[in-house]
Amino acid sequence: MSILTSTDAPPTDRAGRALSGGLSWGGLSRATLAVAAGGAWLLFAFITLHWPDLGDWGRGEETALAAALFGAAIILAGAIGVFHAPVAARLRRSTPWFLALGVFFSVWQATTAKFAVLPHPFFPPPHALVEVFCDDWSKLAISVAASIKLELFGFAAGAGAGFVIGVLLGWSRAFGYWVHPVMRLVGPMPSIAWLPIAFFAFPSSWSASIFLIGLTTAFPVAVLTWSGVASVNSAYYDVARTLGASPAFLVFKVAIPAALPHVFVGLFMGLGASFAVLVTAEMMGVKAGLGFYLQWAQGWAAYANMYAALLVMSLMCSGFVTLLFRVRDRLLSYQKAEVQW
Amino acid sequence: MVAHALKSSTGVEIDIRGVSHRFDLEGAPLPVLNRINLTASPGEFVALLGPSGCGKSTLLRLVAGLEPPSEGEISADGVKISGPHPSRVVVFQDPTLFPWRNVRDNVALGLEAQGLLKTRGVRIEETLRLVGLDGFAKAYPHQLSGGMAQRVSLARALVNDPDVLILDEPLGKLDSLTRLTMQGEIVNLWRRAGFTALLVTHDIEEALLMATRVIVFSERPATVKADIAWDKPYPRHRDDRDLVARRREILGLLGLDASW
Repeated sequence: MSILTSTDAPPTDRAGRALSGGLSWGGLSRATLAVAAGGAWLLFAFITLHWPDLGDWGRGEETALAAALFGAAIILAGAIGVFHAPVAARLRRSTPWFLALGVFFSVWQATTAKFAVLPHPFFPPPHALVEVFCDDWSKLAISVAASIKLELFGFAAGAGAGFVIGVLLGWSRAFGYWVHPVMRLVGPMPSIAWLPIAFFAFPSSWSASIFLIGLTTAFPVAVLTWSGVASVNSAYYDVARTLGASPAFLVFKVAIPAALPHVFVGLFMGLGASFAVLVTAEMMGVKAGLGFYLQWAQGWAAYANMYAALLVMSLMCSGFVTLLFRVRDRLLSYQKAEVQW
Repeated sequence: MVAHALKSSTGVEIDIRGVSHRFDLEGAPLPVLNRINLTASPGEFVALLGPSGCGKSTLLRLVAGLEPPSEGEISADGVKISGPHPSRVVVFQDPTLFPWRNVRDNVALGLEAQGLLKTRGVRIEETLRLVGLDGFAKAYPHQLSGGMAQRVSLARALVNDPDVLILDEPLGKLDSLTRLTMQGEIVNLWRRAGFTALLVTHDIEEALLMATRVIVFSERPATVKADIAWDKPYPRHRDDRDLVARRREILGLLGLDASW
């Protein structure tokens, strides 16, 4: 039985006996996997300390110490898990990833700082990123805060406008007559194309960026909200009307709740598209945010700072998507969730 | 009549006067109803039978006020029907429950739309008990069986104390056992509340088990082909000799007497 399949095994079979506390084949093989994962992190620490760096990076010793402690902790947890079921259960899901990451960091460390297999300034070693996070965290934090603020304002404005436009398109023929052609003309165009005009038409590059992010978000939200409202089963309206519903009740208590699953598809699409505009706007004109940080790091050929900023950026964007899914799951809790983000 | 003795008589008279109706199909008018005259007395249970697509469901939509008739007039207790009103509630073939609302909130829909939730909210629990759904108030539509969902839609209608209950093939999509149970239940609810009931159905036996009067329509555009008074005491039995004879008679009117 391979170490990988032993972790995939459902907790009710062979692993079930290990959970009950006694020694078993499954329990031992999981402990072996934990030892391997811990070993990979110890190897990473060893590589970091044993060979001298072929460049000038700090925080090597701290990185090695943290990796060694982490590796030792995994091995210890694996050993405890043989006798103590709850620890084993918590460890089971993560150990394969711990092993893979330990191996990845070891290879990364060896091919960059130690043997320079990868070209020198473009591929900094892991502890160079640690150095950035330790020594430049305040600038990174300010950048993240600026990016989050800009994204939130722009996305909220765009989502709100798109939602209202979508509902009106689905509800009012007169509104559709005037707005639909405009939307068909303006909507599909990439908002970034407005960038040169926006930067001189708006009082600041910040407000221009809010407009661009909003525009990007509004288009998919409007189209999906519209299609959601338009595709509401007409029987819902019949039911509500025979029960005495006013037009306002039909919009707010029938059309909008019925269209909400569509609206969230639009919000998801809009959010994804808005990240691109956010970063571009920050690179092109806004003198703050992660996009600006990336630009600045490139100017100084500070590649470790770039990778660190990319990592932070991906966490931030992923965080936004997670937040959106949370809100969706709350509002649409009556639906059976098909996808768990 | 035994049935009428039990009623509190809140039903209204529905008067259908010379009603014709056309659908506009890409410029070509399609006549569906042809000068229908029909009066349902207060508290009467009228079943409408007819060939598929003859326009009987359309007649119910006109009575509900969801559409105005092309010609003629429909009135409730002498007042012309010009739009939908919660005193005339429809139970459709599909339960059409709102999936984002739980059972309780679905039943509350009418009261909420009329702004009566505060004063008459207690009626919701009562009505749920009446249709045998107490304990399901927090369930969502996707968790219900077809019969339960149709019971919710019945409760959603009854909670408004309608004067007229419009039943558009409400049992058409249910399995035959649930159907039998609910036929009896709807009759009991009607006898208890005393509203006027209009039922469209394809099932002659169902009409004869439930209604006090059976109207048979012709092919589209529908005209009234027969108007049969049917004062049989409840509970009725499907193998009752009179009922079987009536059934054969109506099959004949629908041109199906040769079939088995």
